[in-house]
Amino acid sequence: MFDLHYQLTSIDGLFILALSLLLGFEVIKNVPAVLHTPLMSGSNAISGIILFGGITQLLGAAVGDILTIVLSSAAVLLGTINLAGGFFVTHRMLGMFRKTRHRDPRT
Amino acid sequence: MGILYLLSTIGLVQGLKFMGDPARARMGNAVAAFSVLLAMGAGIWSSILPATGTVHLVLLGLLLVAGTVLGRVWSYRVAMTAMPQLVSLFNALGGLSAVLLGLNMVHGKGVDGSSMMSSVVLILGVVFGGVAFTGSIVAYLKLDGRKLPPAGRLHRTVARVLLVVQCVLLLAHLLPPQPLFPFGQLLTTLALIALLYGVFLTLPIGGADMPVLIALLNALTGVATLLAGLLFKDPVMLIGGILVGATGLLLTMQMSKAMNRTLRSVLAGSIKGARGGAAVAEEEVRPISAVETASLLAFGKHIAIVPGYGMAVSQAQQSVYEMQGLLQRLGAGVHYIIHPVAGRMPGHMNVLLAEANVPYASIHPMEEVNDHMERYDVVLVIGANDVVNPAAESDPASSIHGMPIIRAYKAKQVVVLKRGMAKGYSGERNLLFERQNCRVLFGDAKTSLQAVIDELKRI
Repeated sequence: MFDLHYQLTSIDGLFILALSLLLGFEVIKNVPAVLHTPLMSGSNAISGIILFGGITQLLGAAVGDILTIVLSSAAVLLGTINLAGGFFVTHRMLGMFRKTRHRDPRT
Repeated sequence: MGILYLLSTIGLVQGLKFMGDPARARMGNAVAAFSVLLAMGAGIWSSILPATGTVHLVLLGLLLVAGTVLGRVWSYRVAMTAMPQLVSLFNALGGLSAVLLGLNMVHGKGVDGSSMMSSVVLILGVVFGGVAFTGSIVAYLKLDGRKLPPAGRLHRTVARVLLVVQCVLLLAHLLPPQPLFPFGQLLTTLALIALLYGVFLTLPIGGADMPVLIALLNALTGVATLLAGLLFKDPVMLIGGILVGATGLLLTMQMSKAMNRTLRSVLAGSIKGARGGAAVAEEEVRPISAVETASLLAFGKHIAIVPGYGMAVSQAQQSVYEMQGLLQRLGAGVHYIIHPVAGRMPGHMNVLLAEANVPYASIHPMEEVNDHMERYDVVLVIGANDVVNPAAESDPASSIHGMPIIRAYKAKQVVVLKRGMAKGYSGERNLLFERQNCRVLFGDAKTSLQAVIDELKRI
């Protein structure tokens, strides 16, 4: 078990930021136009992981702290819709692409 | 726990990589989804504190299930033509989630603004989330065809003023040794301004600029997630946010490039001084009937179809596919040529054609076929305008000059399906319509196509 510490003040954090940004660009650089929409909705889904923050807040909230509970619950719910909906919709879209590929009698 | 986080981060990167490859895209999506689940499990496990009661866990479970069910229902109920709206709506929810998290940080125990770095990260996260939220809502309304108040220079000015106010407030908080306002108030104010800013930023942007805008809003949510990742010291959120931000930014740049415009000019909402007036006079255009169109098509050996937003509006993709089948039975080869910014989101036309079962292999990106457009006997332009306007190549004074276009004008014959003589988004007159080899079939795309199909069936 090891612990990961990110401190913005330490140069390590900036290293990770810079390197993963470069990595991100590399990974998706040459995506064909056919996949632009699924890629966008898929990455949109990933941005739903912001709900992790909501989970941390919700589970750490004192029982009497209604405001925190309400706010973090809303954040979790919205994030989950974004996350799940995004992945489902991408799945559905890509399913259509696959279908057209198999059903290609001519051309 | 660390190991699980590491695994899921690798999964996210790998999943996104697969999504860039047509053959593995579906698996990539599944890998990404699974990685998120894995990280969520680990996150929940490590977030359980002594103070956490069963109530919390039950509530969390209910929320997760409710969100998943809602997401699933929405994403399967919505028609494929409404995909841009749905993606915007999901993006808006993510943005709002970021705002709520940020506000919660101050009310809860998290950050109190004592550490400068974390307060800046918190503020930026809330601001980006807020802009993404209202911006996506406006984009959603626009895509859904709702009537919005007309927007112009005034809105752009307001947006600029709001941005300046935000920067000033932030600096006023950071620079003096003693902050002027309590941190909570400052954050709430900035959040509200960000919400307003999102509205005023997106209202004046529309039409053909939509793909750029949607990709940009997506990138903003990614940045908000990234910042939240820093704040919560959560590596998966951090990496995920970076990946989303990078994807969004890359798509934004690609879309802008496809229109030969800078991101700034898209945001400024101004197409450089469109020379008004000069609509094409009706008599300069040679109309064609559906019957004539059908016979032209029936005699063609190589036929290209250029779809645009007009096809999406009249939902003509099924008719297009039906026509393709008929033409192929008559022995013609049918190609689809798609401009990168056709439609209202990146890749919009590809999704619609895929929904109508158009084979992937018959769809060609513009660059692939542009150099030998002469070989096409007939090019059928369905509801596209600016992307086939030769003025982009020939007229240096044109506002769209320099934008890469599909060289439909080089084909032996062009037939343009158009509702009326309205100009394209740029407001430029389309020189294609005045060419000798171009004829215009007036009417709603779907109705016109149906008439052509009926005629083809008779042949």
